[in-house]
Amino acid sequence: MSYETVIGLEIHAQLRSASKIFCSCSTEFGAEPNTHTCPVCLGMPGMLPVLNREVVSMALKAALATGCTIPPRSVFARKNYFYPDLPKGFQISQYDKPLAEFGSLTIDTGDGPKRIGITRIHLEDDAGKNIHGENDADRAFSFVDFNRTGVPLIEIVSEPDLTSPEQAAEYLREFRRLVRYLDICDGNMEEGSFRCDANISMRPAGQKEFGVKTELKNMNSFRNVQHALEYEIHRQVDILESGGRIVQETRLFNADTGTTASMRSKEEAHDYRYFPEPDLLPLDVDRAWIDSVKTEMPELPRDRQQRFQKELGIPPYDAGVLTSEKPIADYYEAVVKAGADPKAASNWVMSEVLREIASHDQLPGFNVTPKNLAAMIGMIDSGAITGKIAKTVFAEMAKTGDAPDKITEREGLSVIADTDALAEIADQVIAANPKQVEQYRAGKEKVFGFFVGQAMKATGGKADPKALREILLTKLRG
Amino acid sequence: MGIDRDTVHYVAGLARLRLTEQELDELTDTMGTILEYVDKLNELDTTDIEPTSHVVDISGHLRPDRVEPGVTQEQALANAPDTKDGLFKVPRIIEE
Amino acid sequence: MDLWRLSIREVAGLLAAREIGAVELTRAMLERARDLDAELKSFILLEPESALRMADAAQQLIDDGKAGPLTGVPLGVKDIFCVPGSPTTCASRILQGFVPFYHSTVTERLEQAGAVFLGRTNMDEFAMGSSTENSSRGISANPWDTSKVPGGSSGGSASAVSACQCFASLGTDTGGSIRQPASLCGIAGLKPTYGRISRYGIVAYASSLDQAGPLARSVADVAIVLQAIAGRDPKDATTADVPVPDYLAACDGNIRGLRIGIPEEYFAEGLDPQVEQQVRQAIDVLAEQGAQVQPVSLPHTEYSIASYYIIATAECSSNLARYDGVRYGLRAEGRDLLETYTATRSQGFGREVKRRIMLGTFVLSSGYYDAYYKKAQQVRTLIRNDFLKAFERVDLLATPTSPSVAFGIGERIEDPLAMYLSDVYTTSVNLAGLPGLSLPCGFADNLPVGLQLIGRPFDEAALLKTGEAYQRSTDHHLKLPPAAQSSGGRE
Repeated sequence: MSYETVIGLEIHAQLRSASKIFCSCSTEFGAEPNTHTCPVCLGMPGMLPVLNREVVSMALKAALATGCTIPPRSVFARKNYFYPDLPKGFQISQYDKPLAEFGSLTIDTGDGPKRIGITRIHLEDDAGKNIHGENDADRAFSFVDFNRTGVPLIEIVSEPDLTSPEQAAEYLREFRRLVRYLDICDGNMEEGSFRCDANISMRPAGQKEFGVKTELKNMNSFRNVQHALEYEIHRQVDILESGGRIVQETRLFNADTGTTASMRSKEEAHDYRYFPEPDLLPLDVDRAWIDSVKTEMPELPRDRQQRFQKELGIPPYDAGVLTSEKPIADYYEAVVKAGADPKAASNWVMSEVLREIASHDQLPGFNVTPKNLAAMIGMIDSGAITGKIAKTVFAEMAKTGDAPDKITEREGLSVIADTDALAEIADQVIAANPKQVEQYRAGKEKVFGFFVGQAMKATGGKADPKALREILLTKLRG
Repeated sequence: MGIDRDTVHYVAGLARLRLTEQELDELTDTMGTILEYVDKLNELDTTDIEPTSHVVDISGHLRPDRVEPGVTQEQALANAPDTKDGLFKVPRIIEE
Repeated sequence: MDLWRLSIREVAGLLAAREIGAVELTRAMLERARDLDAELKSFILLEPESALRMADAAQQLIDDGKAGPLTGVPLGVKDIFCVPGSPTTCASRILQGFVPFYHSTVTERLEQAGAVFLGRTNMDEFAMGSSTENSSRGISANPWDTSKVPGGSSGGSASAVSACQCFASLGTDTGGSIRQPASLCGIAGLKPTYGRISRYGIVAYASSLDQAGPLARSVADVAIVLQAIAGRDPKDATTADVPVPDYLAACDGNIRGLRIGIPEEYFAEGLDPQVEQQVRQAIDVLAEQGAQVQPVSLPHTEYSIASYYIIATAECSSNLARYDGVRYGLRAEGRDLLETYTATRSQGFGREVKRRIMLGTFVLSSGYYDAYYKKAQQVRTLIRNDFLKAFERVDLLATPTSPSVAFGIGERIEDPLAMYLSDVYTTSVNLAGLPGLSLPCGFADNLPVGLQLIGRPFDEAALLKTGEAYQRSTDHHLKLPPAAQSSGGRE
C-alpha cells in the first residue's frame, strides 16, 4: 500500500520592532538576563498591556504579502496555562478572530510552482527563556530569563497542503525570504527569531480523509525540519503497515539521533480556556491603515525573481541567488541600472561580490558601489581591461572604494593592445624558449598555450588576449 | 446542573490548587449550589445576542514603537523568592 | 477644634492658609487612626514614616504657594493599589512581602496633588467579598455597631472614613465593593464609569468590571477626590479619551427638571421594608427639590448576579494565575515545579478566593465555555441594553444600594450564595459599565441606609450634582457613628 504525506506547518516569527508588543522594553537579543524587563512584561500585580502600533503594521505586511483577507476587526484572547517562563499565567494571543486569514504562499517544487494555503496569521507575545540547570547543584532547578517575554510574534498557520519534507523545507525557506524582504523579521532559526512546528499525518493514496496527525517540535533548522519529517514518515508508515494506529501526540525531534520521541505529556492535554482579553480593546484595522502599509511594501521576492528572468533575461538559477536577499537584489539591480549587461553583472555579483561579503549585512560597508561595478564591467566589455585584470581591479575597488578607471590608470592595469609592444614581448618569449618553439613547429599544437601563458605573465596579465594570440600565431608559424 | 467530584478535582488541577478531601467535598457542594443558581440564565433566549466583552466603546489605544527604560535587573529580582546569577530560580518539572 | 470632623474642603483650606501644618495634621490623624483601630481595624498597616514624608512634601507645596484641593489631606488607601515602597498584599497571604517599586496611576496622581497616605486599608482578599471577612489580616468592624460588618470588599476604606480616621479613602468596585460598604457605613462612595479611571497598578480582580473610586463623608468630598484621579491614562488601554469636567462646579444644587427613574425591579422581594422606606423618602426629597420622578423597568435585573459571578470569576481565575511563587510573594517549596505551584497557591489563597478561582476555571473550561461564559456575556448585553433604553427617558436612576443594613460579623460567611445575593442592586451597574454613587439617606435599626444613583456613561457630574443637592437639605451624612466619638478623650 502506498501512502500520501500530509504536512502543515506553524511558523512563529519574531517581529523586529524596537520595543515589545505590549510594553516599551527593548526587544534586542543577547542582553544580560532580566535587564530588558519592566513590571508589565514581568507580569507583576496590577499591570496592563498596551498594543504597539508598529507591530500591527509589520504583521499587516505579512498578511498583505500572502494575499490574506484582513477583517476590519480582530480580537485578542488569553491562552491560559502555567509555566515558569509565562509570567502572567497566560499568553495574549488571538483565537477565533485573528488579524488575517485565507492567504497563500507559492513555492517551487520539482513539478513546478505550488500554492500552499495559509489558514491564518495572528499576533501574540513571546514567553521568556527557561534554562534547565546543568551541574549537580542546579540539576533540580530551572532558571528563568524574562528578556524575551513580550517580544512580538506572528504565528502563521499553513493549510495541510505540503506533501513532502522537501516541500516543507522549501516553504520555510520561501517564508523566511519573505519576512526578511519585508524587513519584519530576521528569520534566524538558530537564535529563535524564526521557529517552526510541524503537523504530519499519512493516508493511503487516494483516500480523502486525513490520517491521525502528530505534532513535531524542537526543530531548529530547515534541515532538522526535513529530517524530522522524513523520520516521522517512516515511523508512521511502519506502524500503519503493521496494522497499528497512530497516537495523536506531540513529539520532540532529537537532532543527535535524527528521531522523534513522544513528549510524555506531564499533565492533561492543555485546556487553554481561551476568552477575549479584557485589557485590550478589539483591534480595528481600517482601509487607511492598510493602504499606508501597502505603500511601504517592497516588490515581493518571488515577483522580483520572475521579473529578473523575464525582463533581464537571466537564468532561473541566477535569479534565485540574486533575489535570495533583498539588499543583494537591490545591489544587483542598481548595477544593471548603471548600464551593465545583466548576465555579466549577475556573474560578478554571484561570484566576486558574494565572496567579499559574507552576508548582506555587510553590504552597507562594502566599498564597491553598483556604479563602479557597472563601469568595470563596461571596461571589460570595451576591452579596456582584460577579464583577468578585472579581478585585480575589483579587489582594489573593494579595498579602496575608488572608481575602476582611476585604479586602472594608477596601477597601470590597462590592457596592452599595442601590436608593437606585443610583438616585442612575443619575440622575447619565443627567443627564451627554443625547445618549445621546436615542439610547436614539429606539430605539438598544445604547446601554444605555454607561449600564451608566458607572454601573459610577462605583461602582468594585461595583454589583449586576442591580439596576443594573433601575434604569437603569426610569429610561431612564421 | 450541579457538578461532580471528579470534575472538581480536574478543575483544581487546571488551577494548580491542591485540595484536601474535605475541601473537595465542600467545593463540590458549594460549586454545585452556585452553578445551579446561575443556571437561571438559561431562562433567557439569547439567540443572536452579541456577547459583551468590553463595556467601553472606544477604539483601542495603541502605543508608538519607542523603547523606554524599564527596570534594572536588581529591581526585577527584588521580590523574587529565589534567584541565581540574575535569573529567577524555580524547581524543575520532574518529567522533563 | 476636632480637625478630624472637618470636610476636605475645610481642612484643605486651613492647610493652604497655613493655619495648621501638614505634618502636625498627619501626626494627629495617625494617632487617631491607631487609637480607633484597636476596635475597628480599618487599617491593615499604618505607615507613619512614609505618611510624614508625604506630609513634608505637601507642606513644601503649600509653602511654595502651590497648594491644591487635596494638598496635605490624609487619606486611606485600599491595600489593592500599588504604591512604591509600600507593602501591597490585597489582604492575601500569597502577596506577603511583596513591595512594589511602581505606582498605580491613581495613587501617583494623588501623590502629585500633595495628598498624604496614612496607610493600607483592610479589604476582602483580592477584592472578593461583601463583608471584609475574607481578609487574611483580620476583620474590620462597622463604626456604627462593631458587631456588624462594614461591608466589602472596600470595608476598611469605608470604616476609616466613617469613623473619621481619614478624610477620604480609595477603594475599588467590581460588583459593588465601594458602594455597598459606603452604604453600610453611612458615607458616600462612587464607582465611576468603566474607563473613567486608570486601572494601571491596581491589582486586578475582574478586568472588565473593576474600577477605582473615592469614599468620603460627603458627596462634595467625593467630587474633589474624583477630580484628581479621573482621566485617560496611556498605560491603560481601556481608559476613555473623554474630557474630565469640573465636578465640584457641576454641584450647583439645582436639580430642577432632572428626570429620575425608579426601576421597579429594585423594589421587589428581598428588600428590607425599612430600607425601602428610607430610600423612598430620599427620592421624595429629590422630587421636592424639583426632580421629575418616574417608574422605569430594567427587566433583566434578576439575572445580573448570575451573569456577574460567571464573568468575574472567569476573569479572576485568569488574573490570579500569575501568583505562582516564581517572581514575588509567597513561595511554598515543593519537590518539583508542580508541587511548588500547588503548595504556594493552596497555602496562599483563602477559601473564598479559591472558590472563585475554581468557579472561573470551570466556566471557561473546554465544553462549558458556551453554556456559561458566553451565555453570561450575552446576558450582560441584555442588562446593559436595559439601562441604555431607560436612559432614553430619564437622566439617572435611584435605587437602594443594598437590600439590607449591615449584617452581623459571621452571619453570612458560611453561605456564599447568600453573601453573593446581597450584591443584587450593585452588580448590574458594573456589568453595564455605568457610574454609580451611594450616599446615606437614613437609618434603619440605627444602622445606615444607602441610596444609590446610577448614571449614563461618563455622567458622574449628574450623580454628584444630585447627591450633593440632596445633602444640602438633609443631614444624614453629618451624623457620626459611635466609634468615631469614642476617641478616648484625645484631641
